[in-house]
Amino acid sequence: MIVFNDVQKWYGPLQVLCDINETIERGEVVVVCGPSGSGKSTLIRTINRLEPIQSGRILIEGRDIHEKNVDVNQLRSNIGFVFQSFNLFPHLSALRNVMLAMLRVRKLERREAEERAMALLARVGLEDKAQSYPPQLSGGQQQRVAIARALAMQPPIILFDEPTSALDPEMVGEVLQVMKALAKDGMTMVCVTHEMGFARDVAGRVLFMDRGRILERTTPEAFFHKPQHPRAQKFVADIRHA
Amino acid sequence: MLELLQTYTPWLLVGQYPSGPIGGLALTLFLAVTGLVCAFPLSVLVGIARSSESRWARAPAFVIVHIVRGLPVLMLIFWCYYVIPLLFGRSVPGIATLIAALIFYEMAFLGEVVRAGIQAIPKGQIEAARSLGLSRTRCMLDIVLPQALFNMIPSILSQFINLIKNTSLGYIISVEELTYFGHQINSTVLTRPMEVFLMVAAFYFVVCFSLARLVGWTERHVRRRRGNLIAQGGEQ
Repeated sequence: MIVFNDVQKWYGPLQVLCDINETIERGEVVVVCGPSGSGKSTLIRTINRLEPIQSGRILIEGRDIHEKNVDVNQLRSNIGFVFQSFNLFPHLSALRNVMLAMLRVRKLERREAEERAMALLARVGLEDKAQSYPPQLSGGQQQRVAIARALAMQPPIILFDEPTSALDPEMVGEVLQVMKALAKDGMTMVCVTHEMGFARDVAGRVLFMDRGRILERTTPEAFFHKPQHPRAQKFVADIRHA
Repeated sequence: MLELLQTYTPWLLVGQYPSGPIGGLALTLFLAVTGLVCAFPLSVLVGIARSSESRWARAPAFVIVHIVRGLPVLMLIFWCYYVIPLLFGRSVPGIATLIAALIFYEMAFLGEVVRAGIQAIPKGQIEAARSLGLSRTRCMLDIVLPQALFNMIPSILSQFINLIKNTSLGYIISVEELTYFGHQINSTVLTRPMEVFLMVAAFYFVVCFSLARLVGWTERHVRRRRGNLIAQGGEQ
């Protein structure tokens, strides 16, 4: 479904993605982890072209996303993206946050958009917060609204960029629960996260990145118990002691 | 002083109205409001162009803004006074000339306010909108501008105060606003310039000071809302 083919990316002289070759299948849940600055966020941001790449190819459903005739807005509307800092629109209610792209991108009727948005808010357990504004919601609630907003476009793929890192510990659970439910429903998910529990429960594979390279690709079980690469070993030991 | 006030307050407030055209403070406010209302949409365009990624949009806006900012308002008024009749091939009323100059002036200054407002919107907001598939234009209209303009309300009001004071330059081209009538009254009374201009100053002061208080109030209000925004916005 998503194929990286020899992807390279530089920020000036600094290479942030090196020789990325990877295939993510439909329905797969892949967890990307690694120390900060290892390129994991950059990697998933290349999938919806939030970050350009300098060479190589990225294919989604067999189509090169950098081809000239690809409509970037169309492409992005079919890839959900959930940010570390939620990035809800603070001037719109939770309901309007979810409805916005349905109205503006999918051009749905207002009534239909509203019904679907309410259903999505119910799915993340927040139908009673539909009229609240983001600043009135807790971090965990905001992130769940953000997930509902991403789901509004009915994307076949959702990318998560450290979705629980900005949350207080007691709110991590509610967000992970929503993500686990999505995974069980067969959503293709690529998650940058250090949540070992989440990885163990729902991830099919773990990719370990450091300094722009994917150093290890294995099952969560193997990764957290018997990491192979020395840097992966150090990383696993570090997050266990954190 | 009191009898001066009694005699001339109507002049200062509305000019010769109802026996003649409306003037005085009423005209001053009309000029400032019209200037602001007409300059506002233009300044949004200038602000968008100034913060655009495209050099072709940025360059002309840059030139306009810096030319206007580099000139005294009086110079703009003179230019309009002599150039607009040339362009239209006939004489143009002083009020229209003054409004044109004020629009030009305000467009540049408010444009910079809009630019600052746009650039202060966290990058994450734009990324979130674009990730949903919103085009650049939709993102600007639905996400960036509503937030930027709300945050800018205090600055817009401050510009409005500035504009009220700048309308006094209209007296040079005989626009019958507040200062013009101050001058008229002074010529009539002849012997008491201190008191006459104290009166005129008091009129300006009351209006501008009240508005300045309003700016303070909106600033606190906006900051409160913005504070909430930052609390939820994370580290972007």
